[in-house]
Amino acid sequence: MARALITMPTTARRGEVIEIRTLINHPMETGYRRDSDGTLQPRDILRRFSCRYDGEIVFSAELHAAIAANPYIGFFTVAVASGVLSFSWEGDNGFAQTESRTITVT
Amino acid sequence: MRARPALIAALLLSACATQVDTRRSGLEFMSPSTHALQRDDTQNPAMLWVQDGAALWSRAAGTTGQSCADCHGDAGMSMRGVAVRYPSFDAALGRPVGLGERIAQCRVRQRAPAPAPESQERLALEAFVAMQSRGLPIAPDDDARLAPFRERGRRLYEQHIGQLDLSCAQCHEALAGGRLGGSIIPQGHPTGYPIYRLEWQALGSLQRRLRNCMSGVRAEPYAYGSIELIELELHLMQRSRGMPLETPAVRP
Repeated sequence: MARALITMPTTARRGEVIEIRTLINHPMETGYRRDSDGTLQPRDILRRFSCRYDGEIVFSAELHAAIAANPYIGFFTVAVASGVLSFSWEGDNGFAQTESRTITVT
Repeated sequence: MRARPALIAALLLSACATQVDTRRSGLEFMSPSTHALQRDDTQNPAMLWVQDGAALWSRAAGTTGQSCADCHGDAGMSMRGVAVRYPSFDAALGRPVGLGERIAQCRVRQRAPAPAPESQERLALEAFVAMQSRGLPIAPDDDARLAPFRERGRRLYEQHIGQLDLSCAQCHEALAGGRLGGSIIPQGHPTGYPIYRLEWQALGSLQRRLRNCMSGVRAEPYAYGSIELIELELHLMQRSRGMPLETPAVRP
């Protein structure tokens, strides 16, 4: 399991715009690089990131080869109700990771 | 009244010190975007390693089943001020050791496998321990037994090496602030190790950085953990005495 860091408030007022910051450990190997023997390194990148707020997608992104290792993705959403935000990253070689955080909305 | 001359002297000294101190951390040579990456812990990719280090700190390891925290307690208390005085002298070995090596020694003492140089485990623990001293001035150990090693480090720093026949000092003293290709040559102060280097896209130690520079001038790099690299570290930390530690730093 790759390491991931998620920074977001644990409580918010209803209707408040909250900032969410995510960072995940991933090599993001482009597939264009060669090693010291000249062999092409197979591509290994994250393809998709999505954030669900109580099951509903509130943010998603497609990732491509020119993105640096350990991608940082920050975005905003509106705190509508207390619930669970789940973050999932999917990528090459069957990479899939999901993290979740709860938020209390008053 | 008696205190006054001393006070004036101290004020004068500090005034002189601020005037003549032209030392700059590599941080000050970086682009605003790299700067922002280091300043904000939620964006700094090195925090992935620090998070790992925090978990390792309290996880039992080895046949004794001890964790770092079992002996050292809260790292925020026990490890504050440790990284700024390394490398320090190890009486049993009769030579100085770096922080990463000290951590590896401790693991062996607890009958756990020693984490190899540049391994995920060693870098994570080193970054976690060093971060506890963030903001503290670098304060090299004044142990007299370190003096000969530090002196050899200074000589290594000034020694011409490699096919390009360059010394560390030629670039990092005389040409600091200039450019090597597109990159600015910093003054070579080890203020934020282990660093997340954008070129590596990973965390790495000061020894890795020194070895990089050596292969850059087409010299045979000293091996990880070799006495020469520790001596260089000793000299570099001495040069940077008083500068604040930034671990975990980001560098281009």
